[in-house]
Amino acid sequence: MSTPVIRMAGVHKTYAMGSVQVHALHGIDLLVEPGEFVAIMGSSGSGKSTLMNILGCLDVPDDGDYTLNGEDITRLDADALAGIRNRAVGFVFQNFNLLARTSALDNVEMPLVYAGVSKEERYERAEAMLQRLGLGDRLHHLPSQLSGGQQQRVAVARALVTRPSLLLADEPTGNLDSATSGEILALLDELNRDEGLTIVLITHEPEVAAHARRQLTMRDGRLEG
Amino acid sequence: MIWDIAFRLALRALWRNKGRAMLTALGVIIGVGAVIAMLAVGAGAQQRIASQLENMGSNSLVVRAGSVTRGGVRTGAGTTSTLVTADAEAIAQLPGVVATAASVRTSAQARYRGTNWGTAVEGVSEDFPTVKNWPLEAGEFFTDRQVVSAEHVCVLGRTVARELFGLVNPVGETIVLKGLACRVIGVLSEKGASAWGQDQDDTIVAPLTTVQRKLLGINYIHRIEVQTTGKEAASRVYREIKRLLRERHRLQPDEDDDFRMYNRAELAKTAEESASVFTWLLGSIASVSLLVGGIGIMNIMLVSVTERTREIGIRMALGARRRDILWQFLLEALVLSGVGGVFGVLFGVGVAVALARFSQFQVDITPWSIMLAFSFAAIVGVFFGLHPARKASSLQPIEALRYE
Ligand SMILES: Nc1ncnc2c1ncn2[C@@H]1O[C@H](COP(=O)(O)OP(=O)(O)OP(=O)(O)O)[C@@H](O)[C@H]1O
Ligand SMILES: [Mg+2]
Repeated sequence: MSTPVIRMAGVHKTYAMGSVQVHALHGIDLLVEPGEFVAIMGSSGSGKSTLMNILGCLDVPDDGDYTLNGEDITRLDADALAGIRNRAVGFVFQNFNLLARTSALDNVEMPLVYAGVSKEERYERAEAMLQRLGLGDRLHHLPSQLSGGQQQRVAVARALVTRPSLLLADEPTGNLDSATSGEILALLDELNRDEGLTIVLITHEPEVAAHARRQLTMRDGRLEG
Repeated sequence: MIWDIAFRLALRALWRNKGRAMLTALGVIIGVGAVIAMLAVGAGAQQRIASQLENMGSNSLVVRAGSVTRGGVRTGAGTTSTLVTADAEAIAQLPGVVATAASVRTSAQARYRGTNWGTAVEGVSEDFPTVKNWPLEAGEFFTDRQVVSAEHVCVLGRTVARELFGLVNPVGETIVLKGLACRVIGVLSEKGASAWGQDQDDTIVAPLTTVQRKLLGINYIHRIEVQTTGKEAASRVYREIKRLLRERHRLQPDEDDDFRMYNRAELAKTAEESASVFTWLLGSIASVSLLVGGIGIMNIMLVSVTERTREIGIRMALGARRRDILWQFLLEALVLSGVGGVFGVLFGVGVAVALARFSQFQVDITPWSIMLAFSFAAIVGVFFGLHPARKASSLQPIEALRYE
């Protein structure tokens, strides 16, 4: 039996807004095995992004256990978490979050800088990754010179260039039209099927969730389904 | 993070805001330039004073006839008649003394044919050119025999020669001093202004005895110039002379000295010290502008951190550690201050050279002042860059990502 990618138990996250306490996460238990494709649905404000941030080690739980690839995340310091984000996790955001005024190639190469990869290898891998995602002729385009779908593909390339075992996508198609959404989802399907990439995807749309082999729903900080 | 990448990132970020970066660097350029130019002016002044003191002979002591108190009335300096040539000869025997030169001084109207010129007349001994380190330009100096026989000869300072003779060679001509006809036998070389701004060339020198007897009608002297073996000997000799003269003049312990002494080595030290204080003063005033330049860097870096909060968030989300972000922003500030430092050095050297050319300031650009100004700029870069860089690196990844 292999180590699960994600093992979460009793995770709590509370935000204090003045005197009001918002229970964003209310005891989350989650197990994701390698190669799984999981979709998380739920109404706005149910805590999906909060969960995603903790899964991606951008934030830490107030309470509960979380191990990623068998490593206890709650024990790690800021630098170690940065290392995990760099190597083990790839992020795809709803609003792409590409560096402005920076070429597609430089955007994709950037995470490898923090992985300490040599310059030649960085550009080799970044170019290969963009080529695989069909952007071989857009290497030196700036984000502002790319369509929404192309920008999101650059973001996927950037998420995958460090060869992470887990891809986290927070409403990756939220800002895209249906045709372009289809392209991105086909890409995720292919990566999951052919490379065995573990994917956790957040979405509002049932059609998008249908691409995943397992669907979960969040309600008031709790996971159901 | 790999150094060359952090450096490239810093350069790229600065390049994107060229205008802003240039204006910020300008603050440092002006600061570094001002420090270098001011230190050069100060060092120039110091050098000038030092060379003038060297000219004066900092190994020498001066003994002057002093004031005397009689019945509660104190007369001015130079009014006692107790200092005599024999005192000078006695001082010359002291250990540490190389030579002594007795002199008297008066003023007179010098006449040559139709022209006349009021000037100082010094009565000195034959070794005056040696003791004063003051060579002749033309003719020759009087001999000891001419001094002993009080011959009517004189040597002119450059200014007097010019005023009385113009372009004519004065050697061999005869001038009249207070009714006394004196043959000009030589002209002293040009010495220029003294440290106190006096024209040292506006003088006539004649044998001591001639001036004493024929012009003043006295048998005492006004001054003894004492040449010592060195600056160190000067202060010991100073005490020795004091003791010797008191003894020779038979002064009681309760009586004041009837002479005054000046230690030129002491004078030189004081002058050099005040020049160096002056240099530091100029330098520190200038460094205030460098500090202001540093505040400019901090200001622009704080703006830059706020503008790029999202970029910081993205970088952190993709694996940048705190120190990677810290170095990225610190290097940016360092590049700003470093570039400012380099151009500031050029600017400061330019200003100093221009000052030397187009004004009467004497400047001296020392390597250490350039090093000092440049390292001060670097320290300013680190000091004022550290706070913004810390601010950037201490951002929380999600908060930075969400920043609008
Ligand atoms: N930084 C924060 N400070 C305070 N409250 C927060 C913060 N982030 C999230 N919350 C609250 O936590 C709850 C969950 O937010 P979250 O962003 O996880 O929702 P979501 O499911 O992603 O919603 P959406 O579908 O609209 O993106 C919300 O009530 C929100 O107001
Ligand atoms: Mg959300």
